[in-house]
Amino acid sequence: MPTNAAIAVSLLVAGAVSVALRALPFLVIEPLRRSPVVRYLGTHLPAGIMVILTIYSLSGVPLRTWPNALPETLALGATIGLHLWRRNAVLSILAGTGLYVVLSSWVFASGGSIA
Amino acid sequence: MPTGNSQQDPGHRQLGHRSAELRLAIRDTIGVGLGLFPIGLAFGVLVVQSGFDWWWAPLFSTVVYAGSMEFLMVGLITAATPLTSIAATTFLVNSRHLFYALSFPRHRVEGPLAKAYATYALTDEAYALTATKTHDEMSSTRIIAIQVLCQSYWVSGGIIGALSGSALPSSLKGFGFALVALFAVLAVDAIRATGDIASPVLGVGCALIAMNIAPNQMLVVALSLYVVATLIRYRKRRFSIVAEGPETGMCDAD
Repeated sequence: MPTNAAIAVSLLVAGAVSVALRALPFLVIEPLRRSPVVRYLGTHLPAGIMVILTIYSLSGVPLRTWPNALPETLALGATIGLHLWRRNAVLSILAGTGLYVVLSSWVFASGGSIA
Repeated sequence: MPTGNSQQDPGHRQLGHRSAELRLAIRDTIGVGLGLFPIGLAFGVLVVQSGFDWWWAPLFSTVVYAGSMEFLMVGLITAATPLTSIAATTFLVNSRHLFYALSFPRHRVEGPLAKAYATYALTDEAYALTATKTHDEMSSTRIIAIQVLCQSYWVSGGIIGALSGSALPSSLKGFGFALVALFAVLAVDAIRATGDIASPVLGVGCALIAMNIAPNQMLVVALSLYVVATLIRYRKRRFSIVAEGPETGMCDAD
């Protein structure tokens, strides 16, 4: 186990890089806020970024071994379907997650790749 | 404290406005909290099971405050990874945050300290909750409250997880799916807000390409491809508007 000082230095390095990545773009972005291309990106990026984050958060799920991502597919389908129907984010997330917990804890004994 | 209920009293109205914004922020973050708190619990358990004292869990979550990176840091630190490798890994894992400035409404946040906190706490979840709504409806109070609440869910989950350690029941699993569901719900909302189907289709395409050409850096590669593809769309659109005559604004929707 590293010393407390070594742990702290490692954390400070990772923290500094994290904050720099979040802060530096604003130095360039703030003056560009009114530029048409930045406004276009601001309007058109979020939907695709959310789709990419969804796929990324599912990317560790194995497709070729049982249960072939069945719990994830069912729970994701239920989440999206419910959200298209009721438009209630909390309900959609709660119901989708509840279904996934049931599927991965009980229905598919060895299934469920998301902790 | 003003006790009058006159609607003309601007101070009172602002106070009422602020608590209304706080209620909105609480409502905004309930869904995210369902994901952040249990994953925070898991993170806290991991910290103590890896040999750290319990109080390192809240320190990880305040010094680094980037969920996936915090999980990685536990392994990197116990393996005594060189600082240069830690810096490079953090850059790769968190480089998606470079794109968040484009649509995070930080210009709505008032005051230098609040702006600094908004920048420091610009996580995936904070970005997802704020950037998918129109910037006009996001007040300074609401943005900061959303970010403070997100960090509170995460840090309190970490502390409770670290203190209860391995005593947590492991029979129930799958709560991490809440983050998948969150991203999916926000994608639906964002598509609804813009009515733009091409963006999610491009997103899926970029994600699939990135998974095949760079499975270990899927997220960074997919996001880079997606920004480039969106820039190409912008150029083509501008070209067609110039060719047909500039009768409409290029980006009137905001």
